[in-house]
Amino acid sequence: MRTNLTRRKWLILLATVLLVAAVALTGCGGAPANEGGLPGSFKIIGSNTVEPLSVVWAEEFMKMHPEVSIAVSGPGSGVGIANLIDGTADVAQTSREMKSTEIDQARAKGVNPYEIQVASDALAVVVHPSNPVSELTIAQLSAIFTDHITNWNEVGGNDAPIVVLSRDTNSGTHVFFKEHVVQMLGLPTEDKRLEYGPKVLFLPSTKEAVDEVAKNQNAIFYPGLGYVTDEVKPLAIKQTADDLGVLPSVETALAGTYPIARPLLYYTNGEPTGVIKAFIDYCLSAEGQAKVAEVGYVPLE
Amino acid sequence: MLRPRVSVAAAEASLGEGLRQRWRLGEKLIEGWIFLAGLVAIVVLLGIVALLLREGLPIFSHTAPWEFFFGTKWYPVSEPPTFGILSFFVATLMVTIVATAISVPIGVGCAACLAEVASSRIRETVKPVIELLAGIPSVVMGFIGLLLLSPLVQSMFRLNTGLCGLTAGIMLSLMSLPIIVSVSEDALRAVPDEFRQAAFALGATKWEVIRHVSIPAALSGISAAIMLGVGRAVGETMTVLMVAGGALAVPIFPTEPMMPMTAAIASGVGNAVRGGLQYQALFAIGLLLFSMTLAVNLIADMVLERQKRKFAR
Repeated sequence: MRTNLTRRKWLILLATVLLVAAVALTGCGGAPANEGGLPGSFKIIGSNTVEPLSVVWAEEFMKMHPEVSIAVSGPGSGVGIANLIDGTADVAQTSREMKSTEIDQARAKGVNPYEIQVASDALAVVVHPSNPVSELTIAQLSAIFTDHITNWNEVGGNDAPIVVLSRDTNSGTHVFFKEHVVQMLGLPTEDKRLEYGPKVLFLPSTKEAVDEVAKNQNAIFYPGLGYVTDEVKPLAIKQTADDLGVLPSVETALAGTYPIARPLLYYTNGEPTGVIKAFIDYCLSAEGQAKVAEVGYVPLE
Repeated sequence: MLRPRVSVAAAEASLGEGLRQRWRLGEKLIEGWIFLAGLVAIVVLLGIVALLLREGLPIFSHTAPWEFFFGTKWYPVSEPPTFGILSFFVATLMVTIVATAISVPIGVGCAACLAEVASSRIRETVKPVIELLAGIPSVVMGFIGLLLLSPLVQSMFRLNTGLCGLTAGIMLSLMSLPIIVSVSEDALRAVPDEFRQAAFALGATKWEVIRHVSIPAALSGISAAIMLGVGRAVGETMTVLMVAGGALAVPIFPTEPMMPMTAAIASGVGNAVRGGLQYQALFAIGLLLFSMTLAVNLIADMVLERQKRKFAR
């Protein structure tokens, strides 16, 4: 009997320890990261386009403040916003503005999105280097991405079918390009009913799409400036047929002459404080903005 | 059978009363633990089904089931959004058919070779190697498809792009091959040797034995193997997301770019806000996918059970 009793005691003790551990662990998950002082960690989730920039900034910032840890991931702007709304991201990095429906959803969950522009980006439209086409108007691009123009000879190229590549719906680039190019936002021909055509290929990453353009003579795609490599040819873009074609570059985007440019944004829950504020202050500093051009995007000034 | 019983009895005799009690208690604990583990698996499964139903079904108050399953327009981020998943469903079918058409003849042939022809030494080396193929992460298969197979498919069939259902189907066939080989080989080896010896005694050649004795006798096991392979192909995500092309048009030929259901879920799920319409629509696709793989797996299970009873002696 004695052995039995000790055994039971041990069991009860074990059960209690397990229970306490379980409660403690769940408690940990809910506790916010240290936001008071500089030592702390936070998560930046969102745009595939902003990711390379955030990574450089995070690395530099962590070099200056070794006690800080920043995790950056870039599954897509929409993902970042969804995470911010669900409270699983501290900062959402996006390549488009939050939609009013998203802001409503955030408010409903008690999240108050605070927008900070950290840089700008120009969307290049790239083709295979052997493609004789060198400039397109926004209207032609819209027709190509809605499957109304399907052969390169309709826009002055070879007699070959156009292989149209796009990012999937997780991507802010997908939404931005749809509104500004496919639906021709701000042009007299603007039409909100236009959608990507059914033959458009939706790919899960910008890098993959650029690689496909480098291999495929008939492909066309719209990567951010930071993703343009020597293996693809950027096209000059004309706002309308009467305008001059403008090649995408940091200079033309800063001057405002390149038509497909967009803000790169950070969203936080309320005005940033503590370590997140210190980080964003660094991003906006002259030092931080110098990195923007290095990565291939357009600094704010 | 006698020896362990004797030694247990001897051990029990030499052990004290307390120790024996400790054993019984330990046994009870372990029994309880195993019971709990089994319960957890069932609870998790039921939980997943309940979650899929709860999150997925509300979409049908926005889009009628008819429009949802037979609609061809999928614009989840537009205002207002449209959800039609016919093209995803057709794409999944097409990719799976391509994968099955390639992996079944090769897989069953390979299994027959291993079980009936190869020497045991070759079998012992080759089978683990094939099973190793199952361990290659699907993202690696995606990369291989992207870099090696898609240019090949493009030039071979003179396509506009190598990112298409055919490429995805070929990669999937490589991924379901190890399952088909492994399970069919087990089924073929479970066929009693008397069957073969009787056939050989009647003067049958090796080919005739394989063709008319072994394979028919193991047919239920082989069908189960095929079903498991199909299940793998239907549910695979990363590879098809990377190489299938992801076009929204309803595919007519396997050489067109397409977006199977798994890829549709993966490429939209991050963007979907919890409880939103897109979120519900994706869960509804998940529900359909789950029903499909569940049906395939159930059929495989039933067929395997039949095979077991057939040779139970």
